[in-house]
Amino acid sequence: MPRRTDVERILVIGSGPIVIGQACEFDYSGTQACKVLRREGFHVSLVNPNPATIMTDPGFADRTYVEPLTPGSVLRVIERERPDAVLPTLGGQTALNVAVALAESGDLERTDARLIGASLETIRRAEDRSGFRATMLEAGLDVPRADTAGTVEEGLGLGDAIGYPVIVRPSFTLGGGGSGFARDRDELRRLAARSLDASPVTEVLVEESIAGWKEFELEVMRDRADNVVVVCSIENVDPMGVHTGDSITVAPAQTLTDREYQEMRDDAIACIRAIGVETGGSNIQFAVDPRTGRRVLIEMNPRVSRSSALASKATGFPIAKIGALLAVGYTLDEIPNDITGVTPAAFEPALDYVVVKVPRFAFEKFPEADPVLTSTMKSVGEVMAIGGTFREALGKAWRSLERTGFDLGWAAADDGEPGPLSVPGERRLHHVEAALRSGATIDEVAEASGIDPWFVDQIAQVVEEAAGLEGRVVDELSETALRDAKRAGLSDRRLAALVGADERDVRARRTALGVRPVFKTVDTCAGEFPALTPYHYSTYGEEDEVRPAERPRVVILGAGPNRIGQGIEFDYACVHAAYALAEAGYEAVMVNSNPETVSTDYDTSARLYFEPLSAEDVLAVCEAERPVGVLCQMGGQTPLRLAHDLEAAGWTVLGTLPDAIDLAEDRGRFARLLQELEIPAPPHGEADGPEQARTVSELIGYPVVVRPSYVLGGRAMEIVYGPDELERFVAGAAAASPDHPVLIDRFVEGAVEIDVDAVCDGTDVFVGAVMEHIEEAGIHSGDSSCQIPPATLSEDELDEIERITATLARRLGVRGLINLQLALKDERIWVLEANPRASRTVPFVSKATGVSLARVATLVVLGRTLEDLRDEGLIPSEPRHYLHLPYASVKTPVLPFGRFPGVDTVLGPEMRSTGEVMGVDPDPGLALAKALVASGAALPSSGTVFLSVANRDKRAIVYPAKRLADLGFRLLATRGTAGVLDRAGVPVTRVEKVSEAEGAPEARSIVDLIREGSVDMVVNTPFGRGPRTDGWLIRTAASQAGIPCVTTLPGAMAALRGIEALREGPGSPRSLQELHERTRGEATVQPRLPIGSLEREVAS
Amino acid sequence: MSDALLVLEDGTSFRGRSFGAAGETFGEAVFNTGMTGYQEVLTDPSYTGQVVAMTAPHQGNYGTNAEDPESTRVRVAGFAVREASRRASSWRATRTVRDDLADAGVIGIEGIDTRRLTLRLRERGAMRCGISTLDDDVASLLRRVREQPGMQDADLAHSVTVAERYDAASVVGPADASLGPVFRVAVVDFGLKRSILRRLAAAGIEGTVVPARTPAAELIAEGFDGAFLSNGPGDPAATTYGVEAARALLGQVPVLGICLGHQLLGLALGGRTFKMKFGHRGLNQPVRDARTGRVEITSHNHGFAVDQDGWARRGDVAESPFGRVELSHWNLNDGTLEGMRCLDVPAISVQYHPEAAPGPHDSRYLFAEFRELMRA
Ligand SMILES: Nc1ncnc2c1ncn2[C@@H]1O[C@H](COP(=O)(O)OP(=O)(O)O)[C@@H](O)[C@H]1O
Ligand SMILES: Nc1ncnc2c1ncn2[C@@H]1O[C@H](COP(=O)(O)OP(=O)(O)O)[C@@H](O)[C@H]1O
Ligand SMILES: [Mg+2]
Ligand SMILES: [Mg+2]
Repeated sequence: MPRRTDVERILVIGSGPIVIGQACEFDYSGTQACKVLRREGFHVSLVNPNPATIMTDPGFADRTYVEPLTPGSVLRVIERERPDAVLPTLGGQTALNVAVALAESGDLERTDARLIGASLETIRRAEDRSGFRATMLEAGLDVPRADTAGTVEEGLGLGDAIGYPVIVRPSFTLGGGGSGFARDRDELRRLAARSLDASPVTEVLVEESIAGWKEFELEVMRDRADNVVVVCSIENVDPMGVHTGDSITVAPAQTLTDREYQEMRDDAIACIRAIGVETGGSNIQFAVDPRTGRRVLIEMNPRVSRSSALASKATGFPIAKIGALLAVGYTLDEIPNDITGVTPAAFEPALDYVVVKVPRFAFEKFPEADPVLTSTMKSVGEVMAIGGTFREALGKAWRSLERTGFDLGWAAADDGEPGPLSVPGERRLHHVEAALRSGATIDEVAEASGIDPWFVDQIAQVVEEAAGLEGRVVDELSETALRDAKRAGLSDRRLAALVGADERDVRARRTALGVRPVFKTVDTCAGEFPALTPYHYSTYGEEDEVRPAERPRVVILGAGPNRIGQGIEFDYACVHAAYALAEAGYEAVMVNSNPETVSTDYDTSARLYFEPLSAEDVLAVCEAERPVGVLCQMGGQTPLRLAHDLEAAGWTVLGTLPDAIDLAEDRGRFARLLQELEIPAPPHGEADGPEQARTVSELIGYPVVVRPSYVLGGRAMEIVYGPDELERFVAGAAAASPDHPVLIDRFVEGAVEIDVDAVCDGTDVFVGAVMEHIEEAGIHSGDSSCQIPPATLSEDELDEIERITATLARRLGVRGLINLQLALKDERIWVLEANPRASRTVPFVSKATGVSLARVATLVVLGRTLEDLRDEGLIPSEPRHYLHLPYASVKTPVLPFGRFPGVDTVLGPEMRSTGEVMGVDPDPGLALAKALVASGAALPSSGTVFLSVANRDKRAIVYPAKRLADLGFRLLATRGTAGVLDRAGVPVTRVEKVSEAEGAPEARSIVDLIREGSVDMVVNTPFGRGPRTDGWLIRTAASQAGIPCVTTLPGAMAALRGIEALREGPGSPRSLQELHERTRGEATVQPRLPIGSLEREVAS
Repeated sequence: MSDALLVLEDGTSFRGRSFGAAGETFGEAVFNTGMTGYQEVLTDPSYTGQVVAMTAPHQGNYGTNAEDPESTRVRVAGFAVREASRRASSWRATRTVRDDLADAGVIGIEGIDTRRLTLRLRERGAMRCGISTLDDDVASLLRRVREQPGMQDADLAHSVTVAERYDAASVVGPADASLGPVFRVAVVDFGLKRSILRRLAAAGIEGTVVPARTPAAELIAEGFDGAFLSNGPGDPAATTYGVEAARALLGQVPVLGICLGHQLLGLALGGRTFKMKFGHRGLNQPVRDARTGRVEITSHNHGFAVDQDGWARRGDVAESPFGRVELSHWNLNDGTLEGMRCLDVPAISVQYHPEAAPGPHDSRYLFAEFRELMRA
């Protein structure tokens, strides 16, 4: 069947910010779909408020709306764009839920836009847990015993009937949000309550627990002619009970006979037909009882998913792209397989390698969070590795995590006490290793962990291999010994540790003996047909398949797994670098290990290497490709760490040189440089231990900021107000970055923080934008909101900022990107840090100003001058273009506190946000409001606001409180704050803190009020840290109640501005294309009502 | 685990470790891209005379069991893999692949770059090869490899067919009577796979398995409701008795042919067969049923094929001595002919394996169609 003719204009709904359970896999899928739909001649409009995505680059859709993903906001876009069809299956759960809301409200019908890819009925049948069960049973498929409950009491009834333990899962949620296990009535009572809240339809499924069973997933595709193919099978190493997203998974499935696999395939096909997915991909999850083989369906997602992205990368079959083509009418046999070019997409990929996915966690950022893995997803990212065997792939996957001590084959000794095998956690496979090392049998380990004996045996083989090498001498290792070790998946680093040598010596010995990896091709067909796409992975085999290139090659080092502090923003920069390289006549060679990304789409670069970003693997790629240079400045901190090894091995690092990178990264050297340049910076010192730290701090004067060097995202960074606190923090910092000293800076209190992104060609400097933060310095730049154009900076201040930027960039010898963070205090500008690389804000700046910084930087790195690029119109010639924009852009972080009950939500210098959203509007207030709404912190336009602020903020809170009262809000406050407001004549009701209420049992504390839903917003600036303090109780209650909780004064001001703007009502949205068009036009107005002007009002 | 050497007739050699039996073996090297089903592959008589290389790296993971064999024993001439699991894990596993090969005296080689072997076979075509655990000299093994006969013109069916006829029921139980009348079918065994008997029984067809050289006249005289021509090894053109049987049966009783059976039918219908460069062996081949336009994902194991241009054709209909033959199924990867439907006599055949095992179940409908042919 050919392309359908009844559709011309398509609206694609994105997935919004990166959150736990929904990461950049949807950017990969959405980007693919947008590309192919436009190639097919459709008019594509897109809604997605996530500025860091590639899909929201103006080039990928005809109309790109950076607007919140609420039904109302999407409807405004629909009313403007009038699409014939809405494609909701590419934006994860978020897009599906918005689509359901719009369909149910009748708005789609009214605007005659129809859903394609999945109908309302289909989504309901799949996502509504009870509907799903019923449909499966009708289709004759087996499911666990369960039923749905709408109230806690119903839930308890079911629990008693089914028998404990039970698992509770809310309908229409993602990443297992609000789900969990209950061992008895009391646990169920608590869990059911939480779970019902989590479900947008207050419905939960109470189900027989089959934790410990084997878990599998199939990625299935169906076309409108009812042809169905299974693209990939995935087996979870962690048994049922650990969310797939948190499980180590393997493709293809390893422990099913053909009989069982084909029966599972039959079930999957029956399932997709019964649910009624007419076209596109679905993810179907199964559990299998390892004792009897009984097989049950767990769930199906009628959309692209994390797993479908993984499956696409694992097989070379681009599910989202094919899905989009199916949605517009093609059938599988009409679509060519890009990789072979000669065969159709109507087939099932055959893998001749093994793929392993390992999740990336960030518990170190949330010490109070429970690190035990359950049915609620907790990981923030993942890595994928391809190997010739499971062990090779697993070894690479561990390396890809970029975490010291996570290599495969870690001896028990290094691993500390053998940890519990029965408790699923981040390091369980290491505990398996440890147990095996200390003599446990394969069956004992399998029994205790629930991990299939086949996988345990694979690890046992590694442990044996490692044991055999321990204590041997590197220069006596034979070729066979080394080859066996590498085939077992042991890294050079690990080998070095085993034989007590340096990693470089191991590599030298290896190469001397010719023990080198070869590169094979991912071809979808296990070698049956020649592959056109150079998509490679390394393995210790016999034959290399890398084809010679026509053009000079440049290797781009990617950013590795998403983690807090280094996310999709860096992938964005890498992808643009790849495009720019192609444009400049080079073959871009992408190296990355993150399956969720656009950079690991074989379509993005001339060549793709799916490899860990470790010295060992990157050097191997360089030897295979012999590039003219390596681009290290796009992938964040990860590639910077490799710059030295690359240089030492004789490869050219393009752009800023490793030494310049050091100069900026090494805070000591950097501080001296600033002195030399007479650029003001907070007094700085370094300390090797607590004593030294104390003296240095005395010298500098409290408060101070302590941090380890060479870290990203403010890891282990703290503000210390006195010597007593100091010791603990110094210890923490030392742990985060062992062999580097602890850094101590004077904490510039109450300063306005400023971010700058610029490009330098060695002489000339182009400032992409100066961003003014809303929160003051002290809140990590990644966790604070900021605005372009800067709202309150004077011309003189901007002059000074640009002067500093230029001076530093030149003096550092930056070729390419540089990011600065500055603090403005009493008309004085201090340099906090300089990063000679792409920054988190590069995509935001590009979208706000319409200038692609990453592209400009890449061309500069390749030798173009900024002057040329100015002449060619790639960058505006008008000075301070970022100031003269007819609209304001606001970036707001998205924090994962909802995932981690009990974690304090106070913001600080350690970054904890997983993603960000952007709001754009001529009215900065509205821009901010949009951003906040998009971030999920829906601001109340009326109701009750609770205020409780630290003494230092008491005077400043009066103004916003008064405004809120004038707007008709009811104000609650704790004693101190209430007193101040009272005296200022602001109507306020006093409420008890928990500590106060404890005495009087009948008195209801603010926490009770929040819990029972009678508070709509909380403003609480912290005094005193740590669990159980009143502040902590209030903030955690708020985040559990899902109401906005502002923890800084400027944040409160901004929220107020947002509330005011919202009450004026949102205008009609504008697409980026239109906005950028207008920036190129002349007469530009300064945005009215600049955010932050309020602070000055208050101050005066 | 002594060292083993594999040499292809073009001189390419692979050094690995031996598993299963020790010694020396020769055969035609072929690769199979299936990611499951090694036990079915090892025991499929169609692999007689072939050294099978699996492209999936881990083999033996779930062990072997009593239910899944496709015949009474391991049939391959040799087994080449990246890695043979030392641990078998499945609630159904009773033995390991290593044991099965050892007991069957079949030589396995592991630890070789199977993708390199696969690409060699893809580029140069299926080749004779040898595996030895005795001789680690490439030149001398190569010499003996080149002395071996090839598949071309090889009649292997007679070596694997049953000696005595037997009732399918004794192996797979009684035919399903719930579908109406049970039909009696002569199953001519050229290297029959058990799951074909299972599928026949499931379609309400009671099979009587007869030796390959059983005269067709006998079968007709016995009044069978239909005849089934089985899969099997070797060159169809060399299996002359099979072609004669097919010719004799056509028009007398409804006929279903699978794989070699399909090729024999093609020759009986006056067509041609040819040896493919490296054949189709895997579980992911897309085949379109010309009638419905639907795509089936199918299980393949063949090195010879019926030449679609072997007849005078009008569109997809060929003119044969037995009237019109609809070329009914096509491979979407390489456009080769995958199935035939006679329009003037009751006969259908497919090149691929609707009984799967190993492989997807998309094509089971063909056994119901055979039943319909007999009902009519
Ligand atoms: N009945 C059950 N018993 C034990 N674990 C379960 C059960 N159902 C689901 N799980 C676990 O919970 C995880 C999340 O459940 P799932 O339905 O997939 O939610 P989500 O929609 O978040 O993916 C699954 O990956 C599985 O490990
Ligand atoms: N001397 C200082 N005075 C005030 N705030 C600071 C100071 N140093 C750092 N900060 C705050 O800590 C945050 C993180 O510090 P930064 O040096 O940017 O670490 P990272 O390298 O993780 O970005 C900054 O965004 C800023 O808000
Ligand atoms: Mg799931
Ligand atoms: Mg910073």
